[in-house]
Amino acid sequence: MVWGIVIVIWLGLALSPFLFHDVRSQQVAARICVFIVLVASYDLLIGYTGIVSFAHTIFFGLGAYGAATALRHMGPGWDAIVIGGGIGIVMAVILAIFIGLLSLRVKAIFFTMVTLAVASVAVVLVSQFSDFTGGEDGITYKVPKLFKPATKLLVDDDGHVVRWLGTKLNGKLAAFYSVFCMSLLLYLAMIRIVNSPLGTVLKAVRENETRAEAIGYRVVTYRTLVFCISAVFAAIAGIIYAVWLKYTGPETVLSFSINIDILLMVVIGGMGTMSGAVIGVVLLNLAQYYLRDIMQLGAEATANLPLIPELLNPDRWLLWLGLSFILLVYFFPAGIAGTMLKPRVK
Amino acid sequence: MKTPSDLYTEDLTIQFGGHIAVNKVSCRFKPNELTVVVGPNGAGKTTLFNLMSGQLIATSGKVMLGDTDLTRLAPSQRAKQGIGRAFQLTNLFPKLSVLENVRLAVQAQAKVGMRIFTHAKSLKYLEQQAYEYLSQTRLEKVAHLPVSALSHGDQRKLEVALLMAMQPAVFMFDEPTAGMSIDEAPVILELIDQIKQDSSKIILLVEHKMDVVRALADRIIVLHNGELVADGEPEEVIAMPIVREIYLGNAA
Ligand SMILES: Nc1ncnc2c1ncn2[C@@H]1O[C@H](COP(=O)(O)OP(=O)(O)OP(=O)(O)O)[C@@H](O)[C@H]1O
Ligand SMILES: [Mg+2]
Repeated sequence: MVWGIVIVIWLGLALSPFLFHDVRSQQVAARICVFIVLVASYDLLIGYTGIVSFAHTIFFGLGAYGAATALRHMGPGWDAIVIGGGIGIVMAVILAIFIGLLSLRVKAIFFTMVTLAVASVAVVLVSQFSDFTGGEDGITYKVPKLFKPATKLLVDDDGHVVRWLGTKLNGKLAAFYSVFCMSLLLYLAMIRIVNSPLGTVLKAVRENETRAEAIGYRVVTYRTLVFCISAVFAAIAGIIYAVWLKYTGPETVLSFSINIDILLMVVIGGMGTMSGAVIGVVLLNLAQYYLRDIMQLGAEATANLPLIPELLNPDRWLLWLGLSFILLVYFFPAGIAGTMLKPRVK
Repeated sequence: MKTPSDLYTEDLTIQFGGHIAVNKVSCRFKPNELTVVVGPNGAGKTTLFNLMSGQLIATSGKVMLGDTDLTRLAPSQRAKQGIGRAFQLTNLFPKLSVLENVRLAVQAQAKVGMRIFTHAKSLKYLEQQAYEYLSQTRLEKVAHLPVSALSHGDQRKLEVALLMAMQPAVFMFDEPTAGMSIDEAPVILELIDQIKQDSSKIILLVEHKMDVVRALADRIIVLHNGELVADGEPEEVIAMPIVREIYLGNAA
């Protein structure tokens, strides 16, 4: 059931360019793809180790800024993406090793505080080194020619770009499908990891650290390894997002509110399930992007009734979002996927 | 396979604040010998085990396995050296299935834990080995239940199955039959007896029941207030006045 939903969502994402033709839908679909990777990588960390870190967006940011600065300074080539992104990934891994080792030295709450501090430092650093990072304004750059909207993938006899089901086969479509394919591959890779011997060890460590250690699993090593794996996936998600957006700034990849968002997505989807990542990302993104529209429609439809149009006023969307979270957490205490997958043993 | 070596401690001590829980214990355990550790509640038996298997790190003194100094090693590193430990208070993976619990212990031996792109289920031989330990401990029927659904007796058996699955050189049992019913306990004692048949193994057993002690012990050591107060042949130790006074007197 849960995995059925996940498959339907991926199918929907695959077909989205042909189902929805507006620019905003494509933006949302691409964002959902990238965030599935980001949230799944965060779930690897939170759900499989129980460690809550607020520094996860830094890994995302390192990948994105790595690719972005390279594209800016080296020009719009694939080499820039590989080199810049590669440097970003390496930096993310180094940071992950430090944070991972720290997480074993200090208590859970204190660790979370430290990651909060590290996250704020990262935001400050980005605005300080504005020559390099673009500061608050971020960086805009060009991407490889294949992804330019003006690029024609297929042309008819007149030299016009071919349309399928009303969708132009242009560079934008190539960019979307690159985002989609990369995200799907990365997501499948993470599912594979969760079901690997390493994944079983992680579940054991999450369940009972002392016993896992006693039967011969070095908890320090495994924890640090998860931190690194999780950081690599987050960084790659960052690279993909940077290439898709052609812009990288604190608001898109680094801000604290992104970390809160992905935490919410993991919790609402269901920690430690991987399927939850997909469900959480889709729900929250749809809510963030479309709740206001739906409320607008609702308010207009009920315009003649008392009070209801007032409540459905699009300005109150945050109130409704908050209310729905509370209800979700109440009815699905282990997250949506988590609660649905739970074996019914008394 | 390495030639089996002795496990020994030198002046092993641990202090919790002002309280010395294990005090300068020096003791040697040899292969082909089952040593029963006795002593009243709070004597430091479990703490001594924790120091040897690594859950606690000594304040001073040493733990050695042959030429290898274990004193500062993490429990997992000691496990790789051959130290196996079962716990007095059941210490399992409660939400995982019984099979998965044992499979994890088998897997730790197989050193495949770092493989990230192999499907765990594809390593069939691990599961087969796990089933062997489950049948030895008579747990096949509950193999697919989560541990939290098991009876206390079955949980104790699983505790032993995990220890066996580690294939250690040193078996440390901490009151393995505690709280088990009279008809369940013999399963565990038979298993311990079976392990005894392998002359390369060192076995340590904390046990209160005197009939069990008499039936299994090659040697008895007595702890009292963290100190080693007696060490010798079972009949000899049981006859010692100090033992009668501090241990048998209390336990009777
Ligand atoms: N982590 C700890 N911190 C503080 N004191 C401890 C700790 N572990 C054990 N102790 C103390 O050390 C002493 C020895 O405890 P231990 O559990 O080793 O006794 P035991 O011989 O195993 O007793 P029992 O027969 O009840 O299992 C007790 O006084 C206990 O309170
Ligand atoms: Mg004890």
